[in-house]
Amino acid sequence: MTRRTVLTIVVMVLVGLLPPLLYWSGNAFYLDLATRLVILAIAATSLNLILGYGGMVSFGHAAFVGIGAYAVGIPAHHWLYGGMDAIATTSGYVQIALAVGVAGFFALLTGLVCLRTTGVYFIMITMAFAQMAYYLILSIEEYGGDDGLVIDTRSEFAWISLDDPIQLFFLAYVSLVIAMLMVRMIVNSRFGMVVQGAKGNPERMATLGFNVYVFRLVAYVISGAMAGYAGALLGNFTTFISPEMMDWSRSGELMFMVILGGASTSVGPVIGAVVFIVLEEFLSHFTVYWHLPFGLMLMAVVLFARGGFVGMLTKRKGR
Amino acid sequence: MTDILQIQSLNKSFGGIKATDDLNLSVQTGELHAIIGPNGAGKTTLISQLSGGQKPDTGKILFKGRNIAGQPAHKRASLGITRSFQITSLIMEMTVLDNIALAVQAGDGHSFRFLRPARSISHLRDRALELLKRVDLAEKADHQTVALSHGEHRRMELAIALASEADLMLLDEPMAGLGTHESHQMVELLRGIKGRHTILLIEHDMDAVFALADRISVLVYGHIIATGTPAEIRDNEAVQHAYLGEE
Repeated sequence: MTRRTVLTIVVMVLVGLLPPLLYWSGNAFYLDLATRLVILAIAATSLNLILGYGGMVSFGHAAFVGIGAYAVGIPAHHWLYGGMDAIATTSGYVQIALAVGVAGFFALLTGLVCLRTTGVYFIMITMAFAQMAYYLILSIEEYGGDDGLVIDTRSEFAWISLDDPIQLFFLAYVSLVIAMLMVRMIVNSRFGMVVQGAKGNPERMATLGFNVYVFRLVAYVISGAMAGYAGALLGNFTTFISPEMMDWSRSGELMFMVILGGASTSVGPVIGAVVFIVLEEFLSHFTVYWHLPFGLMLMAVVLFARGGFVGMLTKRKGR
Repeated sequence: MTDILQIQSLNKSFGGIKATDDLNLSVQTGELHAIIGPNGAGKTTLISQLSGGQKPDTGKILFKGRNIAGQPAHKRASLGITRSFQITSLIMEMTVLDNIALAVQAGDGHSFRFLRPARSISHLRDRALELLKRVDLAEKADHQTVALSHGEHRRMELAIALASEADLMLLDEPMAGLGTHESHQMVELLRGIKGRHTILLIEHDMDAVFALADRISVLVYGHIIATGTPAEIRDNEAVQHAYLGEE
């Protein structure tokens, strides 16, 4: 086993076991923290597919997460208050399908345009589209606009109840493991090799006969759909959603997680999410200005530890 | 013999500079056709227009009788044109074998496959290894591409061009930056492939060109001034004046 595999297993076992143990020993608060962490890790994992492996630096990923959350909130809202009968439901299956479908469709529409550009232009245009989604939701008064929307009833499934925090945690955790395995499968497949090749040398890939644009677009849609799923979980977790979830600073946080943890590794985004949540929680205990030490740390990692935490933890001596 | 490639009155300008000036050229199926010319004659610009990297302003490029002047690069590749780059263009973050396997996969035509790991697909791997053997790089298969020498990178470029089994191979200065020994090795490799593929070779190394080419065209200021066998080109006065005389 490589060091990276060992690290991945250790991290995933800790993330899976520690929070429930703390919960059962009377520290319910930590389970809450961990559930949020795991859901953000799913979103970061989806971003890693395009940012880490595909070299597409999307600065608008929070939009997909927000769309996923509203795909839970809006049907639940209509179920309670009437109107829009076609989508008024509390069924988790319908809501998840909506979250994945609408987020994927949004990725397809925006990707068609965004992927015509590369580099800084790509960063700016993905951010612009995300801000458009933000302002669209903000302007719809029925769904609370700026004030946000309370989800009165969580998604309903046949076998599990998301009202039970431990069941919600395990649903998120299993989802994270599946998301990681899926991304791993995709990047190692023939499709994934083309996407990775296009990150290193798009001109070469085109000369070989690959239509790089189409491959990137498919990866972008998969990534957006996965982030939509994470959003559906996040909506169920917070039971309160607002346009603020789609703000560009949220997209930035997801980028931090991927880059800080270690881009183009399975476990990198998870470690990034752990570091982010831990720092946010504990630094904010000491000072309201917790972003300052956080920013300094991010700079240190970018400057001195290329490859993020995974790179730091798996580096062999003498190299 | 039939012409696999016919270029008819091709023009390309950058600002006021005519990089390609009413260029006419035909390449016969199966030959190794070399293009020589002084620096700045427009050799690489010509290759780019053939591979699809740049679009000509006017003129026709007939490949197997079909005008491809407006087609994008990936389309031309699927029609059967491949190119190697003057400046090494590999995927540095990947292993040597992965680079070649991707080139094999491109020809295999099954790239929207999401399930099986690409590295476990034996016919892609075997073919890639076989190509690496042909360019004497089999023992470096698992090395990171970035760790290889320039000469080895040049040979990887050749292996990638071979992988496509393209009908027309455009080789842009395969000897660029090679030492005497490595150049010699490359000439031998090219001699080995010659005849099996149609090759359009751009090269500065005159010894290599005269040793390998069936026919040579001389490009000066974007215009072909002569085409012929190596012996004919050597004796051509206009060529001597324009080019060989300078050396």
